[in-house]
Amino acid sequence: MKTIIGLEIHCQLDTDTKLFCGCSTDYRSDPPNTHTCPICLGLPGSMPRLNIKAVKYALRVAKALNLKVNEYCEFSRKNYFYPDLPKGYQITQYDKPIAEWGHLMIEGDDGVERKIRITRIHIEEDPGRLVHKTGRDRAGYSLVDYNRSSIPLIEIVTEPDLRSPKEARRFLNKLRATLEYLQVFDGEKEGSIRVDANISMEGHNRVECKNISSYKGVEKALTFELTRQRNLIRRGVEITRETRHFMEARGITTSSRSKEEENDYRYFPEPDLEPLRIAGWVDEVSLPELPDARRERFIEQYGISLNHARTLTGDIRLANFYEAVAAVSDPVLSATWVADTLLGELNYRGMGITVVQPQILSEIITLLKEDRITDKSAVEVMRAILDGIVEGRDFESPSAFVERLGLVKESGSDLLAIVSGVATANPVAVADYHAGKKGALNFLMGQVMKETRGRADPKQINEKLRELLG
Amino acid sequence: MPVAVKDNISTSGIQTTCASRILEGYVPPFDAHVISLLKKEGAAIVGKTNMDEFGMGTSTEHSAYGPTLNPHDKERVPGGSSGGSAAAVASGMVPMALGSDTGGSIRCPASFCGIVGLKPTYGRVSRYGLIAYSNSLEQIGPMARTVREVSELMSVISSYDPHDSTSFDRPFEHEPVEDITGVRVGVPEEFFGEGVDHGVADSVSEALSVLESLGAKTVSCSLPGMQYALATYYVMCTSEASSNLSRFDGVRYGPKVDTKRQWHEEFRDERGGLFGREVQQRIMLGTFALSAGYYGKYYAKARAAKEQIKNDFLRLFKEVDIIAGPTMPTTAFRIGEKSDPLSMYKSDILTVPANLAGVPAISVPCGKSGRMPVGLQLMGRHFEDERVIDVAYAYEQEVAR
Amino acid sequence: MVLESDVKGISRLADIRIPEDEIAEFTKQFNEIIDYFDILDMVDAGIEEDTPLYNIFRDDEVEPSLDQEEAISNSGETEEGFIRAPRVM
Repeated sequence: MKTIIGLEIHCQLDTDTKLFCGCSTDYRSDPPNTHTCPICLGLPGSMPRLNIKAVKYALRVAKALNLKVNEYCEFSRKNYFYPDLPKGYQITQYDKPIAEWGHLMIEGDDGVERKIRITRIHIEEDPGRLVHKTGRDRAGYSLVDYNRSSIPLIEIVTEPDLRSPKEARRFLNKLRATLEYLQVFDGEKEGSIRVDANISMEGHNRVECKNISSYKGVEKALTFELTRQRNLIRRGVEITRETRHFMEARGITTSSRSKEEENDYRYFPEPDLEPLRIAGWVDEVSLPELPDARRERFIEQYGISLNHARTLTGDIRLANFYEAVAAVSDPVLSATWVADTLLGELNYRGMGITVVQPQILSEIITLLKEDRITDKSAVEVMRAILDGIVEGRDFESPSAFVERLGLVKESGSDLLAIVSGVATANPVAVADYHAGKKGALNFLMGQVMKETRGRADPKQINEKLRELLG
Repeated sequence: MPVAVKDNISTSGIQTTCASRILEGYVPPFDAHVISLLKKEGAAIVGKTNMDEFGMGTSTEHSAYGPTLNPHDKERVPGGSSGGSAAAVASGMVPMALGSDTGGSIRCPASFCGIVGLKPTYGRVSRYGLIAYSNSLEQIGPMARTVREVSELMSVISSYDPHDSTSFDRPFEHEPVEDITGVRVGVPEEFFGEGVDHGVADSVSEALSVLESLGAKTVSCSLPGMQYALATYYVMCTSEASSNLSRFDGVRYGPKVDTKRQWHEEFRDERGGLFGREVQQRIMLGTFALSAGYYGKYYAKARAAKEQIKNDFLRLFKEVDIIAGPTMPTTAFRIGEKSDPLSMYKSDILTVPANLAGVPAISVPCGKSGRMPVGLQLMGRHFEDERVIDVAYAYEQEVAR
Repeated sequence: MVLESDVKGISRLADIRIPEDEIAEFTKQFNEIIDYFDILDMVDAGIEEDTPLYNIFRDDEVEPSLDQEEAISNSGETEEGFIRAPRVM
């Protein structure tokens, strides 16, 4: 049974001021209602003023996603009542959006690149934020903070071209990367992206899932929905066409009883704003190198694998980090150590790449290349430094760390001495080795590794043992 | 320079209610652009004047704070919705006042009270700070006893305001000129149709003769769009109003809501209890006109009709420079006389075309009918407010002699 | 022709409570006005609108916001800088 998924994504544009007023968008660490003015509070008599940067950012997105910018576009009012919507309407774009009909390429589940069509993008304002007291303080009222009111959003709507929750997640990651490459979006800011997903099994009703605010959340929500819908269909129950609410903490969707569907938004053109005629501006938009192009360049310029290139270009900060490392260190080695090892260690600690200095990795790779430490030691160094960052300890360079802990590689005569020692201490294993028993060599190697505390290169240990034992 | 200000224009630190209970106690933290301009000029804002609630009315009977009376006859209305401003000027309380005109709300009270009132070209005066009723139709405008004073006040308040994205950079700086030789004045036959009082028609015809004696040429013409102008106006203004008034939820301003109740329940009761009947009806009409299934029949048609009417004017203005007629079909009616909403709406028939087309329009007193003042309405091309002022001035000066 | 049930629906959409005993009168007046609007049927909706003003923008430059005090000054109930509102159930 084919799965059909479409997404509606809202991303906050990274402008300095709000969409319709000059209030600063840097509100996240400030007290409530300190980034407001008559306009974003919706005071009577206030009038919106369109931020040109938001429009330019939207044009960049339109061009990068291969959309056609409309000759004429305008803003509309979406009328509904909610405590976080100060004017009782949201200024958005309805039937005349800024751009339509484009696409984004993603890797399909089968590994083949696929085109996901984008129906349209448009600009709109964010409402305010509701806070509810919980637990013992639970109250029957809402607390409203209008700092977020009128933050610029770009809404991106896809055709139902996605075929699985994993694909949806991959699409989102690619979209986020693209928007960050365009420098119009900062995915690290809390709440900067919100997703509504539509999912149906072919031949059955469509369900809308709202309130998804993370990339993981999308996959979770859709996976849950997929299972729920499949189970119902198997039992012969028809899927109710409805809107469901995603509860991130429990990983489930619940029936929303939402008035959204019954709501008649009574759209009409915003009379306080003039229309836009900006199709001609697209030619002047110069795009930076985008993820796909950068990926191809990494493969060509650094001679790394497609998989590594894909991973490394999947996030602009990571891509920049890699290039800083590869500028001074062996690019292929750098790719392996950044993509395969560092990334894993960062994820495990919930850290982002930006807290790590590229020099750290360059140094580690140098130590490796000079054969001064083993792979195992390199991992130990990396982990120790990352832990140091997490715990806020004073910074210690990889070389200093290696010196301090005596991790310098054992090789040559030192190693020979240790190998001899191990052989002497384990006559049974040596005898087994001579008798042709398979596990004996590994056992002896293991003993040497223990002695050297991972400071010896397994290849060298193997060589020395064979040399010694014959 | 003492000026009275209609209570739908935001004045920082001074209560602004739009004559509604739902804004009782609201003190704006900012000034409307026109108020900033007045202050810069050294004007003294002596008070906020009464009006029809949210500008919705033609008589100032629909104020939550009680009706205003016509200084010429206290049993009659002063007109609306800027009735308070007109009465204040007509009674001599202040020499000048600001009003707002969405469908005739400056010109009607000017006509009923025997003073001068100008609705500027749409976009010539900033609407920033004007509590919106119908955004695509309304303008703040000057009201005074003489054309010269209206002209002076206009030059203070008209200037480009970046806060208002619909405002044009066309400042008004004009010394009224008496010579109107050769000015072509068109008189649409629709302006003298049935519904226009004989006494009013006579006064206005006389006024037109005066204009001719001053060297102007009057010519008969037609405005076919008049048949649907009123319907167009009411669909547009109620639609926009239904949205503009959605923000009054008692949360950020206005009488406190009970936060322990459920949102929609509290909201409905608040609005049902604090909005006047006329306002409620217009919000309902507008909501209906915009609703799914009806948008095409009402709002979309009204938009097109508005464009047609503007084109009617543009076509006429190829042949004439000024379009003239009575401001109102009657003189001031009695308080309580027009209780039926539709009959009240029909009083606006002669004033709404100027709002729909966006052209400047002035009402200047032209005699009396049955002891009550009659107003002569003069309309001009977009951004030719100066010429409109001149013709009104020429007439006023001639009659004064 | 708008029915009383339609008027009730519109009042829900507009979030204005019309008392039960006023619905009949309201509906009657509503219909009179709506009937008057029928004249718009004769208008050709295909006309293109002229827009003399377009591309009106503001630069992305920060302007001072209101103080928290000023922002919440007209509100009925506030709590630690937040504004209290009835809850949507």
